[in-house]
Amino acid sequence: MISILKQLSKHWITCIVIFILLVIQANCDLSIPSMTSDIVDTGIQMSGITSNVPDTIRKDSLDALLWLMEEDDAQKVMDAYSLKEDIYTLVCEKNKTLEQAFTIPEMVLVSMASNNKEEVQVKDLDEACKNLLLSIQSFPAGMKDSQIREVLQSTMNSQLSKMDESTLDLMESQAKAFVKLEYRAQGIEQKVQLSYLFKVGSKMLGYTLLLVACAILVGLLASRVSAFIGKDLREKVFEKVLSFSNEEIESFSTASLITRTTNDIQQVQMVYVMLLRMVLYAPILGIGGIVKVWNTGSDLSWIIVLTVGMLLGLIALLMVIAMPKFKKVQTLVDHVNQVSREILTGVMPIRAFSREEYEEKRFDKANTELMKNQLFTTRTMAFMMPFMTIIMNGCSLLIVWFGAKSMDMGNMQVGDLIAYITYTMQIVMSFMMIAMVSIMLPRASVAFSRIEEVLNKPLSIQSADKPVEKEFKGEIQFSDVSFTYPDGQDEALTHLNFTMKPGQTTAIVGSTGCGKSTILNLICRFYDVSKGSILLDGVDIRSIPLDQLRDCIGYVGQKGILFSGSIASNIKFGSDISDEKMKEAGQIAQAEEFILSKSEQYNSHIAQSGTNVSGGQKQRISIARAIAKDPLIYLFDDSFSALDFKTDATLRKELSKKTKDKTVLIVAQRISTILHADQILVLDEGRIVGMGNHRELMKSCKEYQEIARSQLSMSELGGIE
Amino acid sequence: MPHPKRSTEKAKDFKGTMKTILISLKPYRFSLILILVFAILSTVFNILGPKILAKATTALATGWMAKITHTGSIDFVYIGNVLLFLLGLYIVSGLFSFVQHWLMSGISQKMCYSYRKDISEKINRLPLSYFEKRTIGEILSRITNDVDTLSNSLNQSISQLVTSVTMLIGVFVMMLSISPMMTFVAVLILPVTIFLVMSVVKHSQKYFKAQQKMLGVVNGQVEETYSGHNVICAYNRQETILKEFKESNEQLYQSAWKSQFLSGLMMPMMNFVSNAGYVVVAIMGGIYACQGKITIGDIQAFIQYVKNFTSPIQQLAQVFNQFQSMAAAGERVFEFLNEPEEVETQKRVSREIKGEVTFDHVRFGYNEDKTVIKDFSCHIAPGQKIAIVGPTGAGKTTIVKLLMRFYDVNQGAILLDGVNIKDFKRSDLRENFGMVLQDTWLFEGSILENIRYGNLDASDLEVIEASKKAKADHFIRTLPKGYSMEINEDASNISQGQKQLLTIARAILANNKVLILDEATSSVDTRTESQIQEAMDVLMEGKTSFIIAHRLSTIKNADCILVMKDGDIVEQGNHESLLKKNGFYANLYNSQFEECV
Repeated sequence: MISILKQLSKHWITCIVIFILLVIQANCDLSIPSMTSDIVDTGIQMSGITSNVPDTIRKDSLDALLWLMEEDDAQKVMDAYSLKEDIYTLVCEKNKTLEQAFTIPEMVLVSMASNNKEEVQVKDLDEACKNLLLSIQSFPAGMKDSQIREVLQSTMNSQLSKMDESTLDLMESQAKAFVKLEYRAQGIEQKVQLSYLFKVGSKMLGYTLLLVACAILVGLLASRVSAFIGKDLREKVFEKVLSFSNEEIESFSTASLITRTTNDIQQVQMVYVMLLRMVLYAPILGIGGIVKVWNTGSDLSWIIVLTVGMLLGLIALLMVIAMPKFKKVQTLVDHVNQVSREILTGVMPIRAFSREEYEEKRFDKANTELMKNQLFTTRTMAFMMPFMTIIMNGCSLLIVWFGAKSMDMGNMQVGDLIAYITYTMQIVMSFMMIAMVSIMLPRASVAFSRIEEVLNKPLSIQSADKPVEKEFKGEIQFSDVSFTYPDGQDEALTHLNFTMKPGQTTAIVGSTGCGKSTILNLICRFYDVSKGSILLDGVDIRSIPLDQLRDCIGYVGQKGILFSGSIASNIKFGSDISDEKMKEAGQIAQAEEFILSKSEQYNSHIAQSGTNVSGGQKQRISIARAIAKDPLIYLFDDSFSALDFKTDATLRKELSKKTKDKTVLIVAQRISTILHADQILVLDEGRIVGMGNHRELMKSCKEYQEIARSQLSMSELGGIE
Repeated sequence: MPHPKRSTEKAKDFKGTMKTILISLKPYRFSLILILVFAILSTVFNILGPKILAKATTALATGWMAKITHTGSIDFVYIGNVLLFLLGLYIVSGLFSFVQHWLMSGISQKMCYSYRKDISEKINRLPLSYFEKRTIGEILSRITNDVDTLSNSLNQSISQLVTSVTMLIGVFVMMLSISPMMTFVAVLILPVTIFLVMSVVKHSQKYFKAQQKMLGVVNGQVEETYSGHNVICAYNRQETILKEFKESNEQLYQSAWKSQFLSGLMMPMMNFVSNAGYVVVAIMGGIYACQGKITIGDIQAFIQYVKNFTSPIQQLAQVFNQFQSMAAAGERVFEFLNEPEEVETQKRVSREIKGEVTFDHVRFGYNEDKTVIKDFSCHIAPGQKIAIVGPTGAGKTTIVKLLMRFYDVNQGAILLDGVNIKDFKRSDLRENFGMVLQDTWLFEGSILENIRYGNLDASDLEVIEASKKAKADHFIRTLPKGYSMEINEDASNISQGQKQLLTIARAILANNKVLILDEATSSVDTRTESQIQEAMDVLMEGKTSFIIAHRLSTIKNADCILVMKDGDIVEQGNHESLLKKNGFYANLYNSQFEECV
């Protein structure tokens, strides 16, 4: 887990930028709901009226209001307005004092106009204003304005005292209703509303644009970072594997290494995208929601805790039940794959043994197991979604119920309730996001540790630093060499002592599995010896840099291995050589005939792993590759086995001309291949049991005699010099 | 070979494939109807939910108002009832949704299972020629990737299709019921949304395809490099290979982040369109409300539904995409299932086979224009040892495939005990032949199991007996766990020669009347080979055996040698007589002793 985060730390600047963008995004996300409710509540319901201080007001209305205000309030109001024709226009900023001044008078007028009617009409209001002004006229003529005001104030106050605190907000909306009707009377209601809607609407769109821009930017950065991490990891792993020796590759197995370089990195890459987008975002959103909920100061927070608790509990329960089955899915899929692969590669033997029914049953078993397992996992997940929705919806129901109780006690208002529900949903959703992602994390964690295993693997074979300043001739000496495979119990090779000189051909024969290929692997330093040493011209090969050592060697393995490209690119593989040299190599390797028969000849395309050429052709191209390199030492690991006798003989004849001064080592099965070797080593169970040429060995070595006799008749063997 | 997920390929015959998929859904039609009903119901409940909740909140609001103005109180009874009803509604809706998903996953998994089963059974009915023309990886991909894609897409898309369409229609109906005028305005969102969705999908598809392609390229490079690791190191080619890899890796990176980014664009854009629609509707609603054409409550409800209008559209786009990949995958599966099969006789010939084989003017070619065997006739008495030799490509393995009826002759006939082999049921015919191939083919299991494959009814003792005869017993006992040792997936924990000894043991156990040895012993060292030959001689007594080998020492003891060149038998006879002839065979034999290394 920590190491997953470490990868991110390389891109810390981007991460910080993403974080900032997400904060902005969260802010917008949290602000937009309030804007949408503003549009509905204020914009539509209240016709866009935000304050109870009217911008323009008719003379009669204002006059009526002024009478209901206290002395100094009235004065302030008068100062705030200027009269033009019949309309007063507000000339200064709206402030709290003005609002307070207007509130009660407006409310009184509205209640006077309503007369317990459902909806107040403009004409009702006008009538009320007129009635008030008339009633003021009806006051005794001698009364001063201030006295009239006092009377009115005391009447109002007695009414007001009967009401309580929580109705103050209500009064504000009543007051705004006055303004609404006022505007309606002036015929500007729609204009006011529209301008409000446009204002808030464009603000909302602006926020949305910002939100969207942030989301897109975050998406861009997250995609780039995660893809970059994927690319980086892939490259590192690839480079590391290239530096492996056989021991490291075998400890992982080639197939596993391929999966780790491809599949595992893909998984990790996907997780990074999710990490950067969701895992960072969800907590921000959640915390934002919590803060907003906290600000409402209500006592319903226990519902949120309950809901989140239940959801997490549900997910945890499902994980416990389903996780083991989830893990098993991969192995079962592998099993079906493997059985299918076996059936497909073995079509011939299956039919030859008439085992079709048996194989079908075997497949059916794997298939059924997979189906049952997947049925379980998908059905478990099917259980999860509806349940979660029920819990979440139930949560909102609880909020409404207990919110109602709270409102009943005067602790809360309707608008708060709806806002509460919205924010609660937000908090719960963010927890859900985190939970969902944490389900994916374990899988990615496993993938990541597999990748790390490869990256952290210590190399068993180190290359020397300094190149050896020496003109090599190509003499190889095995000095008391013993070798045990890394996982092996017994020694594969024991006490080998022999020398191969330039101009000499050495052959190795022996029973299967006795260690012949191992000798070649040791010369190439694909493995290091366990005891003793191998010397090149007297220098221990471990003190020669790997590339310098391998420059001297032309290695041809048992199976021809080709690479995608062309025949030319394969032959020129190890070296920068001219086309003539390449053609010469192809000629000697007896490959020219089939190469020229192709339409593109040397430029013919070779598919991946050389699947479009036959085994024999592959081998000849591999041999040409070695010849083209013109090395000091030739190593042939049973490389002629896929060729028929004639080709084999002709090839070696041509080759011998080229390798006159070189050191040649051939591992072979056919006696005919090794008959004329200068030196033959007979290997049995890792030991040299015979060393010499053909004649000497026929006289002295029992094992050699057995091998030879099994292939040729006595007279033939005798007739050979 | 790892195969990239073909998630966005197009099918060649979309309609046809979809039809076939529909037909294969027929057995589940009862469940499908249930699913349809439940999906619709649960979506309808989801649509109604907010509306009903609004009733409760409205009652709450009016009650609160009344309380403040001392004209009444909050009607808790009413609110409680509404909430309880809602709870019931949600629970029922959730239940429906659950049942629907339960049924759907059952259907898709069972379909997956039956497709895989059909494919596995089809494999056994296809002619060998089908497999020799294709790579295993490709066929394997159909069994795994394509079937998976098919069933997964089916699972997700059907549910989503029903819910999205229901949601869309439901919301549309609700909006209409409130105000046709406003609905008209809202509907204008549709083309904008569709246009945006389609253009994002189109652009991202381009990069998805590029990504899949580059994934394939990179995967191929990785596989090739890791498999040919030794050669790369031996030729100091690491740097060049690394450079090539870095290039394709870079390309992969480019297409990866672009496709990831583009696919992530959808959500924010939908968000914007949805909000814009919201604003437009609000403004229009305000205007209409002022004009008295619509009430405020209606606008509030309408706006709720507008918000739910764009997400079904996005989901439908996803469904459409899924249909594409489903059709592409389905097409590949059906293509495989519709391949022409081997024609089989129904006759059963049950008789003791003596092992007399006759080739009568046999003519055969893998392709129409290339004849491999031109005119071959030969009579082999029971119990004779026949060796087939010749240069590579001369037609030796072809004769074996014809004997076993993996291919049928174009002209002429092959007779077993005088009966044309075409008149045998293939499985009956093959039961008489024992085969040891050049490719050893062992499976994951114990060594005991692998040998027992030759005769499933054999006892452990019989298996060990056969193993001893094949000279495999000794090395098996030196292995950890001996006969119980598990051979791993690539059969890489035993050597090539040891594998061959196991397959020989298997053939010995099978004990057939006619033996075919196809270069069986060429990977075994010549010393062990001679020991096996002794055992083989005992085994081959009384049985007709065909031996194909490169090594002349193997065939020197044959009763009759068939020398093949360019598809024809050019010489027949035993070793001595052929050498005397001083012809092609003698030339081939003597080339062993030319001056060489």
